[in-house]
Amino acid sequence: MDLIFLQLLTGLAGASTLFLVAAGLTVIFGVTRVVNFSHGSLYMLGAFIAWSLLSRLPREPEYFVLGVLGAAVATAAIGAVLEVVLLRRIYRAPELLQLLATFGVVLVVQDVALWIWGAVDLSLSRPRWLRGAVEIAGLRFPFYDLVLIVVGPAVLGGLLLLFHRTRWGLLVRAATQDRDMVAALGVDQRVLFTSVFALGAGLAGLGGALALPQGSANLNMDLSVIAEAFVVVVVGGMGSLGGAFLAALLIGVLQAFGIALVPKITLVLVFLVMAAVLVVRPHGLLGKPQAMARGEVEALAPIRQAGPALQLLGAVALVLAILAPFVAGPYLLSVLTEAAVAVLFAASLHVMMGPGGMASFGHAAWFGVGAYAAAFAAKGLGAEMAVGLLLAPFAAGGLALLVGAFVVRMSGVYLAMLTLAFAQIAWAVAFQWVEVTGGDNGVLGVWPDSWAADKPTMYWLALLLCVGGALVLRRALFAPFGFALRATRDSALRAEAIGLDAHRLRLAAFVLAGAGAGLSGAVFAYAKGSVFPTYMAIPHSVDALVMVLLGGVQTMAGPVVGAVTFTVLQSWLLMGDFWRIKLGLLIIALVLAFPTGIAGAAAAAWDRWRGRAA
Amino acid sequence: MGPLAGARGVIVLVAEGLRKRFGANEAVAGVSLAVEPGEMLALIGPNGAGKSTCFNMLGGQLRPDAGEVRLADRVVTGLAPRHLAHLGVGRTFQITASFASMTVRENVQTALLAQKRQAWRFWQAADAQHVGLAEGLLARVGMASQAERPAGVLAYGDLKRLELAMALAGDPVLLLMDEPTAGMAPAERAALMALVRGIARERGVAVLFTEHDMDVVFGQADRVLVLDRGRLIAQGTPEAVRADPRVRAVYLGTAA
Amino acid sequence: MSVSRRTLLAAGAATLAAPAIVRAQSTSAPIRIGEINSYTAIPAFTLPYRMGWQLAVEQVNAAGGVLGRKLEVISHDDAGKPQDAVRLAGALLDETKVDVLAGGFLSNVGLAMSDVAKQRKRLFVASEPLTDALVWEQGHRYCYRLRPSTYMQVAMMVDDAVKLGAKRWVTVSPNYEYGQSLVKWFKLLMAQRQPGIEFVAEQWPALGRIDAGATVAALAQARPDAIFNGTFGPDLTNFVRQGNTRGLFEKRGVVSVLTGEPEYLEPLGDETPEGWIVTGWPVESVTDASNAGFIAAYRAKFGEMPKMGSVVGHATITAIAAGIAKSGSVETEAMADGFKGAKFATPFGEAYWRAQDNQGTLGTYVGRTAMKGGKGLMVDWRYVDGAKAMPTDEDVKKMRPA
Repeated sequence: MDLIFLQLLTGLAGASTLFLVAAGLTVIFGVTRVVNFSHGSLYMLGAFIAWSLLSRLPREPEYFVLGVLGAAVATAAIGAVLEVVLLRRIYRAPELLQLLATFGVVLVVQDVALWIWGAVDLSLSRPRWLRGAVEIAGLRFPFYDLVLIVVGPAVLGGLLLLFHRTRWGLLVRAATQDRDMVAALGVDQRVLFTSVFALGAGLAGLGGALALPQGSANLNMDLSVIAEAFVVVVVGGMGSLGGAFLAALLIGVLQAFGIALVPKITLVLVFLVMAAVLVVRPHGLLGKPQAMARGEVEALAPIRQAGPALQLLGAVALVLAILAPFVAGPYLLSVLTEAAVAVLFAASLHVMMGPGGMASFGHAAWFGVGAYAAAFAAKGLGAEMAVGLLLAPFAAGGLALLVGAFVVRMSGVYLAMLTLAFAQIAWAVAFQWVEVTGGDNGVLGVWPDSWAADKPTMYWLALLLCVGGALVLRRALFAPFGFALRATRDSALRAEAIGLDAHRLRLAAFVLAGAGAGLSGAVFAYAKGSVFPTYMAIPHSVDALVMVLLGGVQTMAGPVVGAVTFTVLQSWLLMGDFWRIKLGLLIIALVLAFPTGIAGAAAAAWDRWRGRAA
Repeated sequence: MGPLAGARGVIVLVAEGLRKRFGANEAVAGVSLAVEPGEMLALIGPNGAGKSTCFNMLGGQLRPDAGEVRLADRVVTGLAPRHLAHLGVGRTFQITASFASMTVRENVQTALLAQKRQAWRFWQAADAQHVGLAEGLLARVGMASQAERPAGVLAYGDLKRLELAMALAGDPVLLLMDEPTAGMAPAERAALMALVRGIARERGVAVLFTEHDMDVVFGQADRVLVLDRGRLIAQGTPEAVRADPRVRAVYLGTAA
Repeated sequence: MSVSRRTLLAAGAATLAAPAIVRAQSTSAPIRIGEINSYTAIPAFTLPYRMGWQLAVEQVNAAGGVLGRKLEVISHDDAGKPQDAVRLAGALLDETKVDVLAGGFLSNVGLAMSDVAKQRKRLFVASEPLTDALVWEQGHRYCYRLRPSTYMQVAMMVDDAVKLGAKRWVTVSPNYEYGQSLVKWFKLLMAQRQPGIEFVAEQWPALGRIDAGATVAALAQARPDAIFNGTFGPDLTNFVRQGNTRGLFEKRGVVSVLTGEPEYLEPLGDETPEGWIVTGWPVESVTDASNAGFIAAYRAKFGEMPKMGSVVGHATITAIAAGIAKSGSVETEAMADGFKGAKFATPFGEAYWRAQDNQGTLGTYVGRTAMKGGKGLMVDWRYVDGAKAMPTDEDVKKMRPA
């Protein structure tokens, strides 16, 4: 009984910090519709700035409050700068490109924070009053946790007052309902957006600063908080402050009890909750359907079959790729093998993202399932490579069929978040079901049959299966199926009215995407000889998104261009120092320069040139 | 040919006692109607009369709380739009819905593929399918010259024509047209409805449409139904309805 | 505090700014060591580690190099991802044409690199990864490992743990190979030494994501006599703070792996719990010649105190240099045999590569935590030679594939 009460309080304290971060994220999303991946970075900056301030200030409570508020204000200022310099330029860009740009910010901030504050974790020396405990039910409970329990609702109350009692708040709420209406009211949208972003950033900074006394400011804070903050925002309903509060309570308390009851599955618990909530309530606890439905956001340029010039270019590239082993060294060959794998990985995501209109944050799950299926065939069954390669797309596709049944009912960010949840669950299974998957050690020794063991043969095999697979997918997209799929994306209403089953078409696209990714994962497993849970982790899903967006969603050549560019860039960047800040800046630059992707920009330039020539 | 093609001459669509409630508001409170082949039937009423709700129940977008919808002799109450489509119901929307990432011809080809249950083909090139049929339909609605244009850049009136061509792809026995001329210039409205009327006559298609423009209604409809607060308050020939005092009171009176 | 922080920063910045390739000023072709580590994922350990190997390269080359050739280290960041390490290992072997692979922090990354070495038949010297599998279950002739493994770390502390006389134990350890392996060995070795011992609760926080308040409360609820801890880094700091405030550690023995290492002890600051039995490195109080010499050289070069990572980085290079010198060649098969038994100097004194399982005998310090002037340190410490904390040859034989 005592434990239950104490864990409840502990959960509430955790919920408070979580709420501060999530509140900022949800407010920013509500108004600007930007899914801000860099919110965790702002949280981390809040903690570092708080450390810099508080370690210089006297140790009395009033100075602590001052320091924490100072950190929040400083983070808010950083947020405002971020908004003005970067986000303002991409509000009209597709949602996912914005997300990608903020992911670039994450990479940049990591290196900048390392440069300013150094590598060692910075902990604040706690004065006596911060260390104190109160006796509750005969057990000690930290005084500071009580403070946190109060801070959460207090901030919620303050925000509600701000939103309901001030003109600015009224505008923010109006903008959350309908952006264009606010513009029509003659309000300077830019000032409104900047101030909202600053407020959200300030809340993240406040959360980071308040977390400092419990631990340390360190360089891993950003990514460890962002996933949970996303979960809270999505479970609560995107843009809903009250929902975020409820969800933070739910997650915080559940986690506290989860630790006591099932300590080994803490990783997966929050994502199970998120999946469960979204399956039952597709827009979160208190969320409303997004104002703009999928596919109606922007007029889409028609997708055309490649013209003769482009087809020739493709054919030449393919011939060069086939001849590569005669000139390339072993390392270049392994990079090219990876590029081939990446082509199918990206092309499969493109099937659901482009023509299917379903963006996935969890595409790596299918890659991983395919890779593990191959590993299982090779090590568990001792089967030939062909068996593994055949098994992988069916395993991934089969699982995608199960998951897809829930996923394809949704749209937009919620759909993406549900794919993320399932991918995280798959990752956690791979990570924690050690007996079967080998845990984080992965499965090693998944080497190809002897006939394909030498690098050129393996490369040709990868080229055949992956580029061939991508071509098959492309063929399907120009077949009646692809037309029907695009029809459901362009207008679900019209598609149904002409007799198309949108649900089943989307599900088929999901399964096809899963199977394609699964095959690419299996090829990768044999090429690299090993399979790890990190194949399914968030960064690998982001890789897939980057590839597709880099190339351009609305062109069929996009994923191919994106995959090759990304693989080459990555192998090159990874070999040097400061790769994070370089990659981050590069992503940001590409988003700003080519909002329609490289292939999209090239197509537009080609059209302009042709137009002038004609 | 739709499955009801042999049923020409009988009543195409019958609705009996349709009801739909949203919370405390009874949007449709017992509506019955019937449409004959080749007939142009207009459903009118002031804003909030329940026209769209009624329409969406007939089109399968909404399931009625009570009542029955029959297509020929088959009960289709609550059947999903895609099933209705295969039973020969063509549909156009108040806010046009076409496939913006395709050309005009591809839009119609997609509709043809869908209606012929050929959407689940993964190999043959889609843009080589039913080219002639698609071009024929486009020619019938006066869009032949625009076949290769992207649907996303069409003028509004042309989009309406494209929608009509797509609705005709399934060789429908019934066309449901929600505000078919909304947002069009007056001259265009008459032209479009004249086109619809011609098609209805020529193919024996029953057409049920809602409309705000009274000139269109009284100029093109064979019969008019008047809805007010979820109930049918009058029906008959345009002349009879125009003269009906109840209609004048609730509708024309306020409109005039 | 702030002064040392700034100097660290300056040194860190200088290190980062310097090219990763430390080029030797020699006309004969240098011996190339391809090094891969989690520089961006685990900077608190790996950046001092980098400074350590940079110092060692400089020292070895100043002394004339190895076999008359200079050493050159080409270093890359695996970002904590095994697949990146695998890819980089391939690049280093095929493109950079290195003679030896080295590095690794996370156990899974180490195992992945070891698998590449096995497949490609090239030498890999694992520096930091602690998993036993590297030299036992998945050991092979091309993989050597420097640091004391999870088994050895636990074995070094078991004597002290038994002396606590505690009956009811709880464990808390990060939920991955390293943490699981620690707890497995601790339970096994304790049960052998102390019949009737009970393990009444266990906590498995995800690495870097500990929910310290709930974890501490759950452990306290089990009313243990003693605690075994495997968390480190930010998780450890959070755990200690919640534990202090909630009184978890009062009147309880705590056995804690790696906590005495400066990179993990320093962030605990004036909240360092006293009396914990830990492994680590009492950098302020070691005075023997090899430690003192290393610390002095390191401070002269970087202007700050070395950390455990610095020691590991330094010893990695000297151990490789000694192995190559004994092999008389950088040909892989020659090295795979020649490294066995090679003796090398480390900041902790001399060590060697054990012939039977390619495990380094570099030891570590076992002692108790204490606090002085608001900083944590290790007292009552002793150095435990790695050679004395290994299972018997027969046991190893059973675990290691022939």
